[in-house]
Amino acid sequence: MKISEQEVRRVAELANLALTEDEVVRMTRDLDGILGHMDKLNELDTSAVEPMSQVLYDAEETATLRADVERKPLSNADAIANAAVSGQGYFKVPRVIEK
Amino acid sequence: MNHTIDSIRTDLLAKKVSAEEIAREALKFAEAENPKTNAYLTFAPERALVAAQSVDRKIAAGEDPGPLAGVPIAIKDVIVTRGLRTTCGSRMLENYIPPYDATAVIRIEQAGGVLLGKTNCDEFAMGSSNENSAFGPVRNPVALDRVPGGSSGGSAAVIAQGTAVLSLGSDTGGSIRQPASFCGVTGVTPTYGRVSRYGLTAFASSLDHIGPFSRTVRDSARLLQVMAGRDEMDSTSASAPVPDYVAALDGNIRGMKIGIPKEYFDGLAIDTGDLIQAAIGKLQKLGCEIREIRLPHTAYAVGCYYIICTAEASSNLARYDGVRYTTRSSAAGTLQEMYRQTRDEGFGAECKRRIMLGTYVLSSGYYDAYYLKAQKVRALVAQDYAQAFAQVDAIVGPVSPFPAFKLGEKVDDPTAMYLSDIYTVTGDLAGIPCMSVPAGKTAEGLPVGLQVLANHFNETTMFRVADAFERVSS
Repeated sequence: MKISEQEVRRVAELANLALTEDEVVRMTRDLDGILGHMDKLNELDTSAVEPMSQVLYDAEETATLRADVERKPLSNADAIANAAVSGQGYFKVPRVIEK
Repeated sequence: MNHTIDSIRTDLLAKKVSAEEIAREALKFAEAENPKTNAYLTFAPERALVAAQSVDRKIAAGEDPGPLAGVPIAIKDVIVTRGLRTTCGSRMLENYIPPYDATAVIRIEQAGGVLLGKTNCDEFAMGSSNENSAFGPVRNPVALDRVPGGSSGGSAAVIAQGTAVLSLGSDTGGSIRQPASFCGVTGVTPTYGRVSRYGLTAFASSLDHIGPFSRTVRDSARLLQVMAGRDEMDSTSASAPVPDYVAALDGNIRGMKIGIPKEYFDGLAIDTGDLIQAAIGKLQKLGCEIREIRLPHTAYAVGCYYIICTAEASSNLARYDGVRYTTRSSAAGTLQEMYRQTRDEGFGAECKRRIMLGTYVLSSGYYDAYYLKAQKVRALVAQDYAQAFAQVDAIVGPVSPFPAFKLGEKVDDPTAMYLSDIYTVTGDLAGIPCMSVPAGKTAEGLPVGLQVLANHFNETTMFRVADAFERVSS
Protein backbone atom coordinates (compact mmCIF):
# COMPACT_ATOMS: atom_id res chain seq x y z
CA MET A 1 0.00 0.00 0.00
CA LYS A 2 1.30 3.45 -0.95
CA ILE A 3 -1.13 5.31 1.31
CA SER A 4 -3.14 4.36 4.40
CA GLU A 5 -6.63 5.46 5.46
CA GLN A 6 -4.98 7.35 8.30
CA GLU A 7 -2.86 9.33 5.81
CA VAL A 8 -5.93 10.01 3.68
CA ARG A 9 -7.66 11.51 6.73
CA ARG A 10 -4.63 13.69 7.46
CA VAL A 11 -4.43 14.93 3.86
CA ALA A 12 -8.19 15.65 3.85
CA GLU A 13 -7.64 17.85 6.89
CA LEU A 14 -4.81 19.73 5.14
CA ALA A 15 -7.03 20.18 2.07
CA ASN A 16 -10.04 21.31 4.11
CA LEU A 17 -12.21 18.50 2.83
CA ALA A 18 -14.70 16.73 5.07
CA LEU A 19 -14.70 13.15 3.76
CA THR A 20 -17.26 10.59 4.91
CA GLU A 21 -16.04 7.14 6.02
CA ASP A 22 -17.13 5.70 2.66
CA GLU A 23 -15.23 8.42 0.84
CA VAL A 24 -12.09 7.69 2.87
CA VAL A 25 -12.19 4.01 1.85
CA ARG A 26 -12.77 4.81 -1.82
CA MET A 27 -10.19 7.62 -1.83
CA THR A 28 -7.54 5.37 -0.27
CA ARG A 29 -8.08 2.77 -2.99
CA ASP A 30 -8.06 5.35 -5.83
CA LEU A 31 -5.01 7.27 -4.60
CA ASP A 32 -3.13 4.04 -4.01
CA GLY A 33 -3.64 3.01 -7.64
CA ILE A 34 -2.58 6.38 -9.00
CA LEU A 35 0.44 6.76 -6.70
CA GLY A 36 1.49 3.23 -7.70
CA HIS A 37 1.62 4.36 -11.31
CA MET A 38 3.52 7.52 -10.35
CA ASP A 39 6.29 5.39 -8.85
CA LYS A 40 7.33 4.69 -12.43
CA LEU A 41 9.08 8.07 -12.39
CA ASN A 42 11.68 6.61 -10.03
CA GLU A 43 13.03 4.50 -12.90
CA LEU A 44 14.62 7.71 -14.20
CA ASP A 45 17.85 9.15 -12.84
CA THR A 46 17.11 12.87 -12.64
CA SER A 47 20.00 13.87 -10.36
CA ALA A 48 21.50 16.08 -13.08
CA VAL A 49 18.21 17.57 -14.33
CA GLU A 50 17.04 21.08 -13.45
CA PRO A 51 13.35 21.15 -12.44
CA MET A 52 11.03 22.85 -14.93
CA SER A 53 8.35 24.93 -13.27
CA GLN A 54 7.24 26.97 -16.23
CA VAL A 55 7.29 26.43 -19.98
CA LEU A 56 8.99 29.60 -21.15
CA TYR A 57 11.09 30.11 -18.04
CA ASP A 58 14.13 31.24 -20.05
CA ALA A 59 12.29 33.57 -22.41
CA GLU A 60 12.70 37.13 -21.28
CA GLU A 61 9.65 38.26 -23.24
CA THR A 62 7.40 36.79 -20.57
CA ALA A 63 9.19 38.55 -17.75
CA THR A 64 7.36 41.78 -18.29
CA LEU A 65 5.82 44.29 -15.97
CA ARG A 66 3.19 46.81 -16.91
CA ALA A 67 3.71 50.54 -16.53
CA ASP A 68 3.09 51.73 -12.98
CA VAL A 69 0.02 53.81 -13.71
CA GLU A 70 -3.11 54.12 -11.66
CA ARG A 71 -6.21 52.43 -12.96
CA LYS A 72 -9.68 51.67 -11.81
CA PRO A 73 -10.07 48.41 -9.89
CA LEU A 74 -13.31 46.45 -9.51
CA SER A 75 -15.82 48.43 -7.49
CA ASN A 76 -16.55 47.28 -3.96
CA ALA A 77 -20.08 46.31 -5.01
CA ASP A 78 -18.76 44.18 -7.92
CA ALA A 79 -16.11 42.58 -5.73
CA ILE A 80 -18.58 41.35 -3.12
CA ALA A 81 -21.51 40.66 -5.46
CA ASN A 82 -20.76 36.92 -5.39
CA ALA A 83 -20.09 36.74 -1.65
CA ALA A 84 -21.86 33.89 0.13
CA VAL A 85 -22.72 36.37 2.91
CA SER A 86 -21.83 40.06 2.91
CA GLY A 87 -22.65 43.22 4.81
CA GLN A 88 -21.41 46.81 5.10
CA GLY A 89 -19.18 46.27 2.05
CA TYR A 90 -17.39 43.27 3.56
CA PHE A 91 -17.34 39.50 3.23
CA LYS A 92 -18.91 38.00 6.33
CA VAL A 93 -17.60 34.80 7.93
CA PRO A 94 -18.41 32.93 11.15
CA ARG A 95 -16.97 34.55 14.28
CA VAL A 96 -13.28 33.68 14.74
CA ILE A 97 -12.45 35.81 17.81
CA GLU A 98 -14.34 35.34 21.04
CA LYS A 99 -15.44 38.48 22.89
CA MET B 1 -25.63 25.26 -39.35
CA ASN B 2 -23.05 24.61 -42.03
CA HIS B 3 -21.60 28.11 -41.97
CA THR B 4 -17.94 29.01 -41.87
CA ILE B 5 -16.40 32.36 -40.96
CA ASP B 6 -15.88 33.10 -44.66
CA SER B 7 -19.39 32.06 -45.78
CA ILE B 8 -21.00 34.25 -43.11
CA ARG B 9 -18.81 37.20 -44.06
CA THR B 10 -19.66 36.79 -47.75
CA ASP B 11 -23.40 36.57 -47.03
CA LEU B 12 -23.33 39.56 -44.68
CA LEU B 13 -21.38 41.82 -47.03
CA ALA B 14 -23.64 40.80 -49.95
CA LYS B 15 -26.59 41.73 -47.68
CA LYS B 16 -28.14 38.29 -48.29
CA VAL B 17 -28.77 38.00 -44.57
CA SER B 18 -28.26 40.14 -41.46
CA ALA B 19 -26.15 39.20 -38.44
CA GLU B 20 -29.31 39.48 -36.35
CA GLU B 21 -31.09 36.93 -38.56
CA ILE B 22 -28.12 34.56 -38.30
CA ALA B 23 -28.04 34.98 -34.51
CA ARG B 24 -31.81 34.41 -34.12
CA GLU B 25 -31.71 31.34 -36.34
CA ALA B 26 -28.63 29.98 -34.54
CA LEU B 27 -30.16 30.47 -31.08
CA LYS B 28 -33.45 28.87 -32.14
CA PHE B 29 -31.67 25.87 -33.65
CA ALA B 30 -29.25 25.46 -30.72
CA GLU B 31 -32.02 25.65 -28.11
CA ALA B 32 -34.13 23.11 -30.00
CA GLU B 33 -31.24 20.66 -30.52
CA ASN B 34 -29.58 20.99 -27.12
CA PRO B 35 -31.69 18.40 -25.20
CA LYS B 36 -30.14 15.68 -27.39
CA THR B 37 -26.62 16.32 -26.10
CA ASN B 38 -26.77 18.68 -23.07
CA ALA B 39 -23.84 20.55 -24.64
CA TYR B 40 -24.97 24.05 -23.66
CA LEU B 41 -25.49 24.93 -20.00
CA THR B 42 -26.57 28.54 -20.53
CA PHE B 43 -27.81 30.53 -23.51
CA ALA B 44 -27.13 34.24 -23.89
CA PRO B 45 -29.84 35.50 -26.29
CA GLU B 46 -29.71 39.16 -25.20
CA ARG B 47 -25.96 39.38 -25.43
CA ALA B 48 -25.98 37.61 -28.81
CA LEU B 49 -28.55 39.97 -30.30
CA VAL B 50 -26.76 43.09 -29.04
CA ALA B 51 -23.53 41.86 -30.66
CA ALA B 52 -25.29 40.93 -33.91
CA GLN B 53 -27.05 44.29 -34.14
CA SER B 54 -23.73 46.05 -33.66
CA VAL B 55 -22.31 44.09 -36.62
CA ASP B 56 -25.33 45.02 -38.73
CA ARG B 57 -24.92 48.71 -37.88
CA LYS B 58 -21.25 48.62 -38.90
CA ILE B 59 -22.09 46.98 -42.21
CA ALA B 60 -24.87 49.51 -42.86
CA ALA B 61 -22.41 52.33 -42.13
CA GLY B 62 -19.84 50.84 -44.51
CA GLU B 63 -17.40 50.06 -41.67
CA ASP B 64 -15.36 46.85 -41.34
CA PRO B 65 -17.49 44.59 -39.10
CA GLY B 66 -14.41 42.65 -37.92
CA PRO B 67 -12.82 39.29 -38.80
CA LEU B 68 -15.45 37.25 -36.90
CA ALA B 69 -18.43 39.37 -37.98
CA GLY B 70 -21.71 37.71 -37.10
CA VAL B 71 -20.16 34.31 -36.34
CA PRO B 72 -22.06 32.34 -33.64
CA ILE B 73 -19.61 31.22 -30.95
CA ALA B 74 -19.99 29.07 -27.84
CA ILE B 75 -17.70 29.47 -24.83
CA LYS B 76 -16.64 26.72 -22.42
CA ASP B 77 -18.08 27.42 -19.01
CA VAL B 78 -14.67 27.69 -17.32
CA ILE B 79 -14.06 30.98 -19.19
CA VAL B 80 -15.64 33.93 -17.42
CA THR B 81 -18.23 36.16 -19.05
CA ARG B 82 -19.32 39.37 -17.39
CA GLY B 83 -22.90 39.19 -16.14
CA LEU B 84 -23.36 35.71 -17.62
CA ARG B 85 -23.40 32.73 -15.27
CA THR B 86 -20.11 30.77 -15.34
CA THR B 87 -20.37 27.47 -13.47
CA CYS B 88 -17.16 25.58 -14.36
CA GLY B 89 -19.44 22.54 -14.43
CA SER B 90 -19.51 22.68 -10.63
CA ARG B 91 -22.24 22.81 -8.02
CA MET B 92 -19.84 25.17 -6.20
CA LEU B 93 -20.36 27.91 -8.84
CA GLU B 94 -23.95 27.13 -9.83
CA ASN B 95 -24.95 30.77 -9.27
CA TYR B 96 -21.65 32.55 -9.95
CA ILE B 97 -22.00 35.70 -12.08
CA PRO B 98 -18.50 36.96 -13.02
CA PRO B 99 -17.80 40.70 -12.70
CA TYR B 100 -15.48 40.73 -15.75
CA ASP B 101 -14.87 39.17 -19.17
CA ALA B 102 -11.93 36.95 -20.08
CA THR B 103 -9.50 38.65 -22.48
CA ALA B 104 -10.23 36.02 -25.15
CA VAL B 105 -13.94 36.81 -24.91
CA ILE B 106 -13.31 40.57 -25.15
CA ARG B 107 -11.19 40.07 -28.29
CA ILE B 108 -13.80 37.80 -29.90
CA GLU B 109 -16.60 40.28 -29.30
CA GLN B 110 -14.46 43.18 -30.52
CA ALA B 111 -13.87 41.16 -33.70
CA GLY B 112 -17.64 40.93 -34.27
CA GLY B 113 -18.16 37.43 -32.84
CA VAL B 114 -21.62 36.62 -31.47
CA LEU B 115 -21.56 34.75 -28.15
CA LEU B 116 -24.47 32.28 -28.13
CA GLY B 117 -23.92 30.68 -24.74
CA LYS B 118 -21.76 28.65 -22.39
CA THR B 119 -20.90 25.00 -22.83
CA ASN B 120 -20.90 22.06 -20.46
CA CYS B 121 -17.59 20.55 -19.31
CA ASP B 122 -16.03 18.35 -16.68
CA GLU B 123 -16.01 20.05 -13.29
CA PHE B 124 -13.20 22.64 -13.25
CA ALA B 125 -11.99 21.03 -16.52
CA MET B 126 -10.99 17.83 -14.71
CA GLY B 127 -11.86 14.80 -16.78
CA SER B 128 -11.54 13.00 -20.09
CA SER B 129 -15.21 12.14 -20.74
CA ASN B 130 -17.39 15.07 -19.62
CA GLU B 131 -19.04 12.71 -17.12
CA ASN B 132 -17.72 14.81 -14.21
CA SER B 133 -20.07 17.77 -14.81
CA ALA B 134 -22.42 18.60 -11.94
CA PHE B 135 -25.03 19.36 -14.60
CA GLY B 136 -25.05 15.95 -16.27
CA PRO B 137 -22.86 14.44 -18.96
CA VAL B 138 -22.71 15.63 -22.56
CA ARG B 139 -23.61 13.07 -25.22
CA ASN B 140 -21.52 12.68 -28.35
CA PRO B 141 -23.56 14.00 -31.31
CA VAL B 142 -22.00 11.35 -33.56
CA ALA B 143 -23.15 8.48 -31.29
CA LEU B 144 -25.50 9.54 -28.50
CA ASP B 145 -24.69 6.58 -26.23
CA ARG B 146 -21.03 7.63 -26.17
CA VAL B 147 -19.03 10.33 -24.41
CA PRO B 148 -17.89 13.42 -26.36
CA GLY B 149 -14.52 13.35 -24.60
CA GLY B 150 -13.42 15.87 -22.04
CA SER B 151 -13.02 18.12 -20.46
CA SER B 152 -14.24 20.49 -23.23
CA GLY B 153 -16.94 17.99 -24.27
CA GLY B 154 -19.67 20.60 -24.73
CA SER B 155 -17.48 22.82 -26.91
CA ALA B 156 -16.60 19.90 -29.20
CA ALA B 157 -20.21 18.68 -29.30
CA VAL B 158 -21.71 22.03 -30.39
CA ILE B 159 -19.40 22.06 -33.43
CA ALA B 160 -20.23 18.45 -34.36
CA GLN B 161 -23.93 19.08 -33.75
CA GLY B 162 -23.92 22.28 -35.79
CA THR B 163 -25.24 24.39 -32.91
CA ALA B 164 -22.30 26.82 -33.12
CA VAL B 165 -19.81 27.71 -35.86
CA LEU B 166 -16.89 28.20 -33.47
CA SER B 167 -16.28 27.46 -29.83
CA LEU B 168 -13.65 27.96 -27.17
CA GLY B 169 -12.30 25.21 -25.00
CA SER B 170 -9.48 24.91 -22.52
CA ASP B 171 -6.70 22.34 -22.56
CA THR B 172 -4.53 21.35 -19.60
CA GLY B 173 -3.74 17.72 -20.51
CA GLY B 174 -5.69 17.14 -23.72
CA SER B 175 -9.08 18.70 -22.96
CA ILE B 176 -9.39 20.31 -26.42
CA ARG B 177 -7.72 17.72 -28.68
CA GLN B 178 -9.28 14.58 -27.20
CA PRO B 179 -12.93 15.77 -27.47
CA ALA B 180 -12.17 17.18 -30.94
CA SER B 181 -10.94 13.71 -31.92
CA PHE B 182 -13.97 11.96 -30.35
CA CYS B 183 -16.49 14.30 -32.03
CA GLY B 184 -14.79 14.57 -35.44
CA VAL B 185 -14.02 18.30 -35.34
CA THR B 186 -10.89 20.45 -35.33
CA GLY B 187 -9.47 21.53 -31.96
CA VAL B 188 -6.31 23.51 -31.25
CA THR B 189 -4.07 23.89 -28.20
CA PRO B 190 -1.79 26.86 -28.97
CA THR B 191 1.69 27.44 -27.54
CA TYR B 192 1.56 28.08 -23.79
CA GLY B 193 1.23 31.85 -23.37
CA ARG B 194 0.02 32.47 -26.96
CA VAL B 195 -3.53 33.22 -25.72
CA SER B 196 -4.05 35.13 -22.48
CA ARG B 197 -5.36 33.05 -19.59
CA TYR B 198 -6.97 36.09 -17.98
CA GLY B 199 -10.50 34.98 -17.15
CA LEU B 200 -9.80 31.27 -17.62
CA THR B 201 -10.67 29.74 -14.26
CA ALA B 202 -7.37 28.37 -12.98
CA PHE B 203 -6.98 24.58 -12.84
CA ALA B 204 -3.21 24.04 -13.32
CA SER B 205 -1.72 27.42 -14.19
CA SER B 206 1.54 26.21 -15.76
CA LEU B 207 -0.42 23.93 -18.12
CA ASP B 208 -3.71 25.75 -18.84
CA HIS B 209 -4.48 26.98 -22.37
CA ILE B 210 -7.48 28.50 -24.13
CA GLY B 211 -7.96 27.29 -27.70
CA PRO B 212 -10.46 27.08 -30.59
CA PHE B 213 -12.80 24.42 -31.96
CA SER B 214 -14.22 24.60 -35.48
CA ARG B 215 -15.27 22.47 -38.44
CA THR B 216 -12.33 23.57 -40.60
CA VAL B 217 -8.65 24.18 -39.93
CA ARG B 218 -8.97 27.61 -41.55
CA ASP B 219 -11.63 28.70 -39.06
CA SER B 220 -9.53 27.64 -36.07
CA ALA B 221 -6.59 29.57 -37.51
CA ARG B 222 -8.75 32.69 -37.87
CA LEU B 223 -10.12 32.40 -34.35
CA LEU B 224 -6.65 31.92 -32.88
CA GLN B 225 -5.47 34.95 -34.85
CA VAL B 226 -8.10 37.08 -33.10
CA MET B 227 -7.26 35.82 -29.59
CA ALA B 228 -3.47 35.53 -29.75
CA GLY B 229 -1.00 38.12 -28.49
CA ARG B 230 0.29 39.82 -25.40
CA ASP B 231 -2.18 40.80 -22.70
CA GLU B 232 -0.98 42.82 -19.76
CA MET B 233 -3.57 41.09 -17.56
CA ASP B 234 -1.64 37.80 -17.89
CA SER B 235 2.07 38.05 -17.09
CA THR B 236 2.69 34.67 -18.78
CA SER B 237 1.17 35.80 -22.09
CA ALA B 238 3.80 36.07 -24.81
CA SER B 239 4.62 39.21 -26.75
CA ALA B 240 6.03 37.29 -29.72
CA PRO B 241 4.45 38.71 -32.91
CA VAL B 242 1.36 36.90 -34.19
CA PRO B 243 1.88 35.88 -37.83
CA ASP B 244 -0.93 35.75 -40.40
CA TYR B 245 -1.88 32.09 -39.97
CA VAL B 246 -4.51 31.96 -42.71
CA ALA B 247 -2.30 33.55 -45.38
CA ALA B 248 0.11 30.60 -45.05
CA LEU B 249 -2.57 27.99 -45.79
CA ASP B 250 -1.87 27.21 -49.44
CA GLY B 251 -2.12 23.42 -49.27
CA ASN B 252 1.51 22.98 -50.31
CA ILE B 253 3.61 21.12 -47.75
CA ARG B 254 5.98 19.45 -50.19
CA GLY B 255 9.38 18.80 -48.64
CA MET B 256 8.20 19.26 -45.08
CA LYS B 257 9.86 16.88 -42.65
CA ILE B 258 7.27 15.07 -40.50
CA GLY B 259 8.29 13.05 -37.45
CA ILE B 260 6.44 9.89 -36.41
CA PRO B 261 7.13 9.06 -32.75
CA LYS B 262 7.58 5.32 -32.35
CA GLU B 263 6.29 5.56 -28.76
CA TYR B 264 2.86 6.80 -29.93
CA PHE B 265 1.93 3.54 -31.66
CA ASP B 266 2.01 1.07 -28.76
CA GLY B 267 -1.39 -0.06 -27.57
CA LEU B 268 -3.57 1.74 -30.11
CA ALA B 269 -7.02 0.38 -30.94
CA ILE B 270 -6.74 -1.38 -34.33
CA ASP B 271 -9.00 1.03 -36.25
CA THR B 272 -7.29 4.03 -34.70
CA GLY B 273 -3.86 2.73 -35.70
CA ASP B 274 -5.04 2.01 -39.25
CA LEU B 275 -6.53 5.49 -39.69
CA ILE B 276 -3.39 7.20 -38.38
CA GLN B 277 -1.22 5.08 -40.72
CA ALA B 278 -3.49 6.02 -43.63
CA ALA B 279 -3.14 9.69 -42.66
CA ILE B 280 0.65 9.38 -42.66
CA GLY B 281 0.37 7.84 -46.15
CA LYS B 282 -1.58 10.89 -47.31
CA LEU B 283 1.06 13.25 -45.93
CA GLN B 284 3.70 11.25 -47.78
CA LYS B 285 1.69 11.63 -51.02
CA LEU B 286 1.59 15.37 -50.38
CA GLY B 287 5.36 15.31 -50.67
CA CYS B 288 6.31 15.25 -46.99
CA GLU B 289 9.40 13.44 -45.88
CA ILE B 290 8.32 10.99 -43.17
CA ARG B 291 10.89 10.20 -40.48
CA GLU B 292 10.62 7.91 -37.50
CA ILE B 293 11.64 9.74 -34.33
CA ARG B 294 11.93 8.86 -30.65
CA LEU B 295 10.28 10.61 -27.70
CA PRO B 296 11.79 8.32 -25.07
CA HIS B 297 10.12 9.82 -21.98
CA THR B 298 6.54 9.41 -23.24
CA ALA B 299 5.84 6.53 -20.86
CA TYR B 300 6.60 8.80 -17.89
CA ALA B 301 4.44 11.69 -19.02
CA VAL B 302 1.12 10.64 -17.48
CA GLY B 303 2.60 10.16 -14.01
CA CYS B 304 4.49 13.42 -14.33
CA TYR B 305 1.40 15.27 -15.55
CA TYR B 306 -0.93 14.04 -12.81
CA ILE B 307 1.55 15.07 -10.11
CA ILE B 308 2.00 18.58 -11.48
CA CYS B 309 -1.60 19.26 -12.45
CA THR B 310 -3.06 18.01 -9.17
CA ALA B 311 -0.47 19.94 -7.15
CA GLU B 312 -1.38 23.16 -8.95
CA ALA B 313 -5.11 22.34 -8.75
CA SER B 314 -5.03 21.74 -5.01
CA SER B 315 -3.60 25.23 -4.61
CA ASN B 316 -5.86 26.93 -7.18
CA LEU B 317 -9.05 25.37 -5.81
CA ALA B 318 -8.27 26.45 -2.25
CA ARG B 319 -10.10 29.71 -3.03
CA TYR B 320 -13.49 27.94 -3.01
CA ASP B 321 -13.94 28.20 0.72
CA GLY B 322 -17.47 29.47 1.23
CA VAL B 323 -16.51 33.15 1.38
CA ARG B 324 -16.13 34.81 -2.04
CA TYR B 325 -17.69 32.42 -4.55
CA THR B 326 -21.42 32.21 -3.84
CA THR B 327 -21.74 28.81 -2.16
CA ARG B 328 -21.57 28.30 1.60
CA SER B 329 -22.78 25.22 3.42
CA SER B 330 -25.77 25.86 5.63
CA ALA B 331 -24.30 23.33 8.07
CA ALA B 332 -21.41 25.69 8.86
CA GLY B 333 -20.93 26.61 12.52
CA THR B 334 -17.28 27.53 12.96
CA LEU B 335 -14.97 28.93 10.28
CA GLN B 336 -13.23 25.55 9.91
CA GLU B 337 -16.57 23.73 9.53
CA MET B 338 -17.61 26.30 6.96
CA TYR B 339 -14.52 25.55 4.83
CA ARG B 340 -14.85 21.79 5.10
CA GLN B 341 -18.61 21.44 4.70
CA THR B 342 -18.75 23.92 1.82
CA ARG B 343 -16.01 22.07 -0.06
CA ASP B 344 -17.49 18.66 0.73
CA GLU B 345 -20.90 19.69 -0.64
CA GLY B 346 -19.63 21.84 -3.52
CA PHE B 347 -17.00 19.62 -5.15
CA GLY B 348 -17.66 16.37 -7.04
CA ALA B 349 -15.69 13.14 -6.65
CA GLU B 350 -13.04 13.82 -9.31
CA CYS B 351 -12.26 17.30 -7.97
CA LYS B 352 -11.87 15.90 -4.47
CA ARG B 353 -9.62 13.13 -5.77
CA ARG B 354 -7.34 15.66 -7.50
CA ILE B 355 -7.29 18.06 -4.56
CA MET B 356 -6.35 15.14 -2.31
CA LEU B 357 -3.65 13.87 -4.66
CA GLY B 358 -2.23 17.38 -5.13
CA THR B 359 -2.21 18.08 -1.42
CA TYR B 360 -0.48 14.76 -0.80
CA VAL B 361 2.31 15.26 -3.37
CA LEU B 362 3.00 18.75 -2.02
CA SER B 363 2.88 17.74 1.63
CA SER B 364 5.88 17.64 3.89
CA GLY B 365 7.93 14.50 3.36
CA TYR B 366 6.57 13.82 -0.14
CA TYR B 367 7.41 17.05 -1.98
CA ASP B 368 10.83 15.91 -3.21
CA ALA B 369 9.72 12.38 -4.05
CA TYR B 370 6.75 13.47 -6.13
CA TYR B 371 6.47 17.16 -7.02
CA LEU B 372 10.16 17.98 -7.51
CA LYS B 373 10.71 14.66 -9.28
CA ALA B 374 7.82 15.44 -11.64
CA GLN B 375 9.22 18.90 -12.44
CA LYS B 376 12.49 17.24 -13.45
CA VAL B 377 10.74 14.63 -15.58
CA ARG B 378 8.78 17.48 -17.19
CA ALA B 379 12.10 18.96 -18.30
CA LEU B 380 13.01 15.60 -19.88
CA VAL B 381 9.68 15.41 -21.75
CA ALA B 382 10.23 18.96 -23.06
CA GLN B 383 13.78 18.05 -24.04
CA ASP B 384 12.48 15.08 -26.07
CA TYR B 385 10.48 17.50 -28.21
CA ALA B 386 13.32 20.02 -28.48
CA GLN B 387 15.57 17.27 -29.84
CA ALA B 388 12.87 16.07 -32.22
CA PHE B 389 12.25 19.56 -33.62
CA ALA B 390 15.95 19.85 -34.43
CA GLN B 391 15.29 17.11 -37.02
CA VAL B 392 11.69 17.62 -38.17
CA ASP B 393 9.26 20.50 -38.84
CA ALA B 394 6.20 18.83 -37.32
CA ILE B 395 5.20 15.63 -35.56
CA VAL B 396 2.03 13.63 -36.19
CA GLY B 397 0.41 10.78 -34.33
CA PRO B 398 -2.82 9.74 -32.63
CA VAL B 399 -4.70 11.94 -30.13
CA SER B 400 -6.22 9.12 -28.11
CA PRO B 401 -5.48 5.37 -28.02
CA PHE B 402 -9.15 4.66 -28.85
CA PRO B 403 -12.26 6.41 -30.19
CA ALA B 404 -15.22 7.63 -28.09
CA PHE B 405 -16.28 5.07 -25.48
CA LYS B 406 -19.73 4.45 -23.99
CA LEU B 407 -21.08 6.60 -21.18
CA GLY B 408 -20.29 4.95 -17.84
CA GLU B 409 -17.78 2.53 -19.38
CA LYS B 410 -14.69 3.90 -17.63
CA VAL B 411 -15.97 5.90 -14.65
CA ASP B 412 -14.97 3.33 -12.03
CA ASP B 413 -11.26 3.21 -12.82
CA PRO B 414 -9.62 6.65 -12.49
CA THR B 415 -6.10 5.32 -13.12
CA ALA B 416 -7.15 3.77 -16.46
CA MET B 417 -8.92 7.02 -17.40
CA TYR B 418 -5.75 9.02 -16.61
CA LEU B 419 -3.56 6.64 -18.64
CA SER B 420 -5.67 7.28 -21.75
CA ASP B 421 -4.30 10.85 -21.79
CA ILE B 422 -0.85 9.56 -22.74
CA TYR B 423 -0.57 11.19 -26.21
CA THR B 424 -1.96 14.57 -25.19
CA VAL B 425 -0.34 15.41 -21.84
CA THR B 426 3.14 15.47 -23.40
CA GLY B 427 2.34 18.51 -25.57
CA ASP B 428 0.98 20.42 -22.57
CA LEU B 429 3.99 19.55 -20.42
CA ALA B 430 6.30 20.92 -23.14
CA GLY B 431 4.00 23.88 -23.88
CA ILE B 432 4.14 23.34 -27.66
CA PRO B 433 1.25 23.96 -30.08
CA CYS B 434 -0.72 20.86 -30.98
CA MET B 435 -4.08 20.13 -32.57
CA SER B 436 -6.50 17.43 -33.62
CA VAL B 437 -7.80 17.30 -37.20
CA PRO B 438 -10.37 14.69 -38.33
CA ALA B 439 -8.70 11.63 -39.92
CA GLY B 440 -11.75 9.53 -40.78
CA LYS B 441 -14.03 7.10 -38.99
CA THR B 442 -13.75 3.58 -37.61
CA ALA B 443 -15.86 0.69 -38.94
CA GLU B 444 -18.39 1.59 -36.23
CA GLY B 445 -18.58 5.16 -37.57
CA LEU B 446 -16.62 6.76 -34.71
CA PRO B 447 -14.33 9.70 -35.56
CA VAL B 448 -10.57 9.53 -35.04
CA GLY B 449 -8.37 12.62 -34.93
CA LEU B 450 -4.83 13.03 -36.22
CA GLN B 451 -2.66 15.01 -33.84
CA VAL B 452 -0.27 17.56 -35.36
CA LEU B 453 2.41 19.07 -33.12
CA ALA B 454 4.97 21.80 -33.87
CA ASN B 455 7.64 23.73 -32.03
CA HIS B 456 6.94 26.68 -29.70
CA PHE B 457 5.20 29.58 -31.52
CA ASN B 458 5.21 27.62 -34.76
CA GLU B 459 1.42 27.42 -35.09
CA THR B 460 1.81 28.31 -38.77
CA THR B 461 3.59 25.02 -39.54
CA MET B 462 1.01 23.07 -37.49
CA PHE B 463 -1.90 24.72 -39.34
CA ARG B 464 -0.25 24.22 -42.76
CA VAL B 465 0.11 20.48 -42.17
CA ALA B 466 -3.44 20.11 -40.80
CA ASP B 467 -4.94 22.24 -43.61
CA ALA B 468 -3.11 20.36 -46.38
CA PHE B 469 -4.22 17.08 -44.81
CA GLU B 470 -7.82 18.31 -44.51
CA ARG B 471 -7.87 19.21 -48.22
CA VAL B 472 -7.02 15.66 -49.28
CA SER B 473 -9.05 13.82 -46.64
CA SER B 474 -12.47 15.49 -46.68
